[in-house]
Amino acid sequence: MRYLTEADIEALAIGAAILGTGGGGNPYIGKLRCLQEMRRGKPVALIGLDELADDAFVMPIGGIGAPVVGIEKLEEGNEGLRALRALEDFCGRKVTGLISAEIGGGNAMEPIITAAAAGIPVVDGDGMGRAFPEMQMTTFSIYGHRSTPAAISDDRGNVVLFQHAVTEQWFERLARSAVVTMGGTAIGAEAPMQGSYVRRAAVPGTVTQAIRLGNLVRKANREHSNAIALICAAEQGVHLMDAKIVELKRHLRGGFAVGEIALEGIDAHAGSRAQVVFQNEFLSFERDGATEVSVPDLIVILDVDTGHAITTEVLRYGQRVAVLALPCHELLRTPEALAVVGPQAFGLDGVVFRPLARAAG
Amino acid sequence: MHRIGVDVGGTNTDAVVMVGRHILAAVKVPTSSDVTAGLMQALREVQKQAAILPNDVSLVVIGTTHFTNAVVERRHLSETAVVRLCLPAAQCLAPMVDWPADLRATIGDHVFLASGGVEFDGTPIAPFDPAQISRIGAVIRERGIKAIAVTGVFAPVKDQYERAAAALLAAACPEASITLSSSIGQLGLLERESATILNSALLQLARRTVASLREGVAQCGITCPVFLSQNDGTLMDAAQAERFPVLTFASGPTNSMRGAAFLSGQSEAIVIDVGGTTSDVGLLHKGFPRQAGSTVDIGGVRTNFRMPDVFSIGLGGGSIAVDESSVPRVGPQSVGFELTRRSRVFGGDVITATDLAVAAGRANIGDASRVRDLDVNFVRRCWEVIDRRLAAAADRSRVSPAPIPVIAVGGGSILMPKTLGGLEVIRPEHFAVANAIGAAIAQTSGEVDRIYSLENLSREAALAEAEAEARQKAVAAGALPESILVTEREDIPLSYLRGNATRVRVKVIGDMGL
Repeated sequence: MRYLTEADIEALAIGAAILGTGGGGNPYIGKLRCLQEMRRGKPVALIGLDELADDAFVMPIGGIGAPVVGIEKLEEGNEGLRALRALEDFCGRKVTGLISAEIGGGNAMEPIITAAAAGIPVVDGDGMGRAFPEMQMTTFSIYGHRSTPAAISDDRGNVVLFQHAVTEQWFERLARSAVVTMGGTAIGAEAPMQGSYVRRAAVPGTVTQAIRLGNLVRKANREHSNAIALICAAEQGVHLMDAKIVELKRHLRGGFAVGEIALEGIDAHAGSRAQVVFQNEFLSFERDGATEVSVPDLIVILDVDTGHAITTEVLRYGQRVAVLALPCHELLRTPEALAVVGPQAFGLDGVVFRPLARAAG
Repeated sequence: MHRIGVDVGGTNTDAVVMVGRHILAAVKVPTSSDVTAGLMQALREVQKQAAILPNDVSLVVIGTTHFTNAVVERRHLSETAVVRLCLPAAQCLAPMVDWPADLRATIGDHVFLASGGVEFDGTPIAPFDPAQISRIGAVIRERGIKAIAVTGVFAPVKDQYERAAAALLAAACPEASITLSSSIGQLGLLERESATILNSALLQLARRTVASLREGVAQCGITCPVFLSQNDGTLMDAAQAERFPVLTFASGPTNSMRGAAFLSGQSEAIVIDVGGTTSDVGLLHKGFPRQAGSTVDIGGVRTNFRMPDVFSIGLGGGSIAVDESSVPRVGPQSVGFELTRRSRVFGGDVITATDLAVAAGRANIGDASRVRDLDVNFVRRCWEVIDRRLAAAADRSRVSPAPIPVIAVGGGSILMPKTLGGLEVIRPEHFAVANAIGAAIAQTSGEVDRIYSLENLSREAALAEAEAEARQKAVAAGALPESILVTEREDIPLSYLRGNATRVRVKVIGDMGL
């Protein structure tokens, strides 16, 4: 167990954006809120999965909704605490720790903000090890945990309790439609899990991992060294290519921003061409007609000069980017997981998931 | 029909006279501390050189970095009351939360949250409460604050409550100047609010500065309208500039790039503006600077203005050359404005990039005999370093393998070779006053940035509606309708919202009807 510092939060924001693989929303607002809580004298403890007691009661919490609404209509501030208390009341039991369902992007920050208000620790892990577009795409759900009972709260103080959804998809549908009615954003708290289950089903160590990534980028920026190489070395990843975006197609499909990016290699990669498909997050990387990397492995696109993440919303023609692949956790590579977060779950017909080998560290 | 373009920089004030596409005269004089004297000197000299009378001038456009410098230097900023229309939402982070402490202290702690924000579809978050705003107005008056910034949640979608609040605040504080966020920026509450606050804080300075500029022009006997150039290379009239000083923040690099486009006749090109210490590198697309994709930092404050995507490298005419190993170092250390005193060819003892240019026969300025003793090999190796850095900078800003030219402007552009990484280099006539020319040729624009629901509206219909409104705005700003061109037209589907919500952004530009 250790207490998170302001430097940790700065690094976490950078690292969480990298693990967002193009989606997950911008952690900037969340970062400011975490820093504010700390400056108000509300420290947050980070505890490892191995420190969780069997009967710990760990609740996933995070923002639901459209990131573009989130940057304009900021939260009232107590949404998370209201959802937490509503669920505690319903369960008749105090929650002992919070966990992020999605470490990638803005939702890395939400558990810390609510944990500061509630005075409970945050667990060093999450349900994705990255970002995915739908709530049921967590290792918590994949390995048998049900998200309901769940509670969501908005900026007005409305709290909606979902006592029971017949499937995880139903919960996703019901929650989304409530969120749209609430104005496009809300904080959602899902059914708490036993410590023993979290130890088995959560992707371990991802808060620490994101902080580590962020520190590498900050170090590289300070020393004018190459962040990309540092990240690959630390995360057993592969530097796929440095490229320019030469074409960008976007469309809407079922409320999701989907599209394709055509890349043309630069510098050492001059002459090669590649394509990245995205649906909120980057889904597949294809070079010379062959898919080299696909979900659930992480395809990360960074600014080639700074090493900072580029999200799908700010992609633009002509950007110079570094494309990396980072291996996902084994929990996301089992047949049960691939059925939910593998290429077919995103409509990538004909793409077979070939696990990325962990590069020698 | 003569136009005068002026660039009031930190060191020099440049002025040009143009008729149509012809440059009749160009002058460079030192900037004066009171702005007016330097401006008048430049105007008088340039008119004399062009042999025209004040009555011949139909338009004066001035580009200035005055307001940017005020923020960067924390000078001349007014205490400002900040009113955020948001309740019950958006209480979690206070206005200016991410500002540097010294700048926040300059603005003061006069923050008020009220209802009056709207959802993304324009419905109120909570009912607007006029009495609440009037009470806030009374407090602001009591504190003697003369500048107010009003920011409503989703005001770019619907500005009704910002306007209603402004009317009530104006009634309570008749002496205060008020800026509305909907007139300043786009979505992104903190960034738009910060820009709105900076604008309010600059209003007093803006009134003084614009008055000085007008006075300088008037004292020269020129009676035509005076305009200022904005971030995007288009212009606004002096009255508008008094109200929206923040919109001039990036006019410097924009004017330089627009001037380069005009001087070279190129609309797709890389522009390298070589100064004394640094070179600014950017890309022209359709004759306009490419815009930066994300937030832009002004004096430590995040804003979401659209500004040119320009980066600097530490290489200019005054860069110091050091022979320290097998690879010599040129820059980032520079003699800066002391070039004409400290460099070899001007009698000094420092070897600068300008000396290297003279030694290599690229330029013919100063006393060439003073660099004859430089080792030929050292000079050649220095040029390899300079050319490689310039070529890398040019390549960094390219967006396609198409062989576009590189336009070299600015006083230091004698450094530029004839080709750069295989790209042709153009050094147009009048390269040293590209900024003033960029001001002289400024056009006018109209822009719409809004979220549309595509439930009962096709994508094309939404784009067409936005375009029609942008055209109307441009005409209202003085554009000739037949000259209007669409420069940006994009729709970004918003994930996780029902009703296929799409953010539509259209921008048009046109020639001034003057």
